Amino acid sequence: MHKIGLIIKREYTFRICKKSFILLTLLTPFLFAALVFVPMWLASLGEEENSVVAIIDDTGKYAPFFQSTEAYTFLPVEGSMAMYRERENKEIYAFLHIADDLARNSGAAVLYSSRQVPRSLVEQIDRTLTDAVRDERLKMFEVPHIDRVIQVVRSEFHVRTVKWGDEGEATTTHSFEVASVLGLLATLLIYMFITMYGSMVMQGVMEEKTNRIIEVMVSSVKPFDLMMGKIIGIGLVGLTQVLLWGILTVVIVAFGQLFIGNTDVMLDTGALSSGVTLASESQVRMAFEQLLALPWLKIIISFLLYFVGGYVLYAALFAAIGSALSQPEDSQQFITPIMILMLFSLYAGIYGIENPDGPLAFWASLVPFSSPMVMMMRLAFDVPLWQLLVSLLLLALTSVAAVWLSAKIYRVGILMYGKKPTLRELWRWTKIRS
Amino acid sequence: MLEVRNVTKRYSAHLALDRVSLRVPKGQIFGLLGPNGAGKTTLIRIINRITAPDSGEVFFDGHLSRPEDVARIGYLPEERGLYKKMKVGDEALYLAQLKGLSAHEARTRLQEWFERFDILSWWNRRVEELSKGMQQKLQFIITVVHRPDLLIFDEPFSGFDPVNAELLKQEILALKEQGHTIIFSTHNMASVEELCDHIALINHAQVVLSGSVRDVREQFKDNRYRVAIQRPAEEVSPINTLFQVEEQVVEGDVCRLVLQKNPSVRNAELLSALASHYEILSFEEIIPSMHEIFIRTVSSEHKPQRYA
Repeated sequence: MHKIGLIIKREYTFRICKKSFILLTLLTPFLFAALVFVPMWLASLGEEENSVVAIIDDTGKYAPFFQSTEAYTFLPVEGSMAMYRERENKEIYAFLHIADDLARNSGAAVLYSSRQVPRSLVEQIDRTLTDAVRDERLKMFEVPHIDRVIQVVRSEFHVRTVKWGDEGEATTTHSFEVASVLGLLATLLIYMFITMYGSMVMQGVMEEKTNRIIEVMVSSVKPFDLMMGKIIGIGLVGLTQVLLWGILTVVIVAFGQLFIGNTDVMLDTGALSSGVTLASESQVRMAFEQLLALPWLKIIISFLLYFVGGYVLYAALFAAIGSALSQPEDSQQFITPIMILMLFSLYAGIYGIENPDGPLAFWASLVPFSSPMVMMMRLAFDVPLWQLLVSLLLLALTSVAAVWLSAKIYRVGILMYGKKPTLRELWRWTKIRS
Repeated sequence: MLEVRNVTKRYSAHLALDRVSLRVPKGQIFGLLGPNGAGKTTLIRIINRITAPDSGEVFFDGHLSRPEDVARIGYLPEERGLYKKMKVGDEALYLAQLKGLSAHEARTRLQEWFERFDILSWWNRRVEELSKGMQQKLQFIITVVHRPDLLIFDEPFSGFDPVNAELLKQEILALKEQGHTIIFSTHNMASVEELCDHIALINHAQVVLSGSVRDVREQFKDNRYRVAIQRPAEEVSPINTLFQVEEQVVEGDVCRLVLQKNPSVRNAELLSALASHYEILSFEEIIPSMHEIFIRTVSSEHKPQRYA
């Protein structure tokens, strides 16, 4: 136990003190923060710039429907298109020409501009005109009190999703977007860490083997201690990094928030990254409340458990591979199956978001090789406790089995040099008595 | 100190060790010899408990070898390696602690050794910055720093320049003086003659020759003599079938001969026969070198063994 502690300490301190680790750990949160702030900043830039859209409404019916927003001011103007076309017009961004009654001639509205018009403007015009034409057509039926009917019909609506608990009581309400983003983030983080730190374990093992320090090491410590020391030490480096990233990201975002001083924009980030750019203030507030309503304690504890379990499982496999090979060039053939397994899990996690309780997500979140990635995605949507426990139990058992099997391969592999072994040889190694 | 009894180790395709037995006396330098692939490294790994034998036992200091005994062994493998990116001092401390020294103890002892080998100024440098010879020194220090009762050196001189090889040889002899038992595996037979008290020669997974260096060399004497005489008028020819002349070189006034004596003839007879014809300047029996013994034994291995 004393020796495994020494090994863990070396693996840990050696890697923590590396320049690359320090740089990556310190800079990544800034990258995260930049990912959050830069789109916000760019969006706010766009908002400050107010563009004028001139409306030449030959019918005179539609111009009043246009309401100016932060981004666009709609300005009804007189005159003909030809007149404006000849003149240089720096102040006016675009011209909307409505030549005819749109209820009869739907092709009569055209937007002219010397620049590429953003989609959001086209969408806004479309929406306004669609509403206007629909109202106009409704009015043509001459129903009594049609104006009031129209107003009632046009009220905006957002559906709220309520999830029932086991006794049928309404539990927390989850927004699909918020949960997806969170689930995806956790899935990606676990995938990234297993790949990064798993291959670090493999490289470490191969380094010891190729520079032959392994002979000295195994004459002082048991191969199992050496392997576990390495896996645990590097795993702790990973946990440290996650922890530092978490803390730093929170600190940087908090500072950024102070600096920008706009909490509403802050709250919008979740919606921003999920692609919803035009979230109204109420939606943003709702998203934030839902974010807070998520079962955080359960998510964090599960994240750590899956992080550790998934890492140990894959790191053990990587360690076995590293021990079996003598040349780094040979590693590809053995890594590929593992990478395919991991990529499958990642995609199962990503596509599982479409239907978090569907068969793909369900099975993939129980099978140990994919469960760390898929279950983290599902957790944001609330998962029955039994499924979580079964999944964790299976993961724990498989990890122990993987460590046990890898230790057997490792013990033989680290002292074998020469040509790369076949899978059958690896299997035979596991049966060699130590 | 160490006894190996009937150790057999089989890898899937071939037999690495076949009922190997040997005894390493305490406080002596024991040469473990043999051509490449004879099974030396496997035997060393078994002694180090890196691998286990299929059958047979290893006794350490009178008892069956136990896992704790490994801390009393220092092993310098033939293929040397260090963590290249670590600092010299950190690496030495780490490896010394893995051998069971406390951090404090390890530091004091390492500093002594570093001073003795004149590499103290390298303590904070990275291992990869060291020259090969310096890395070898560092490795030697790491092997001996926990003062193990048994030291195993596998080809310790490879990679050393003559000056450092001499330094290392003195250190090894000093370690022997301090009562350490040393197993010394090498192909360099000259160093075996200089250092070793006992040897065992392994070939094709078996011990084919063992004993003290003097006994082994005595065993291999084959009645050959080197004689110098005053230059005679004509070539020396055999006298009364007492001997054969194998070599005959004339250098100025001196004629140097190598004679093969008939085994039944006593030295006195040979000498008086020679003396009656020639003026003898010197006379000595040729004791075969370890180098010769090695080659003779290994290359005649497939024939019936006369000496072992």
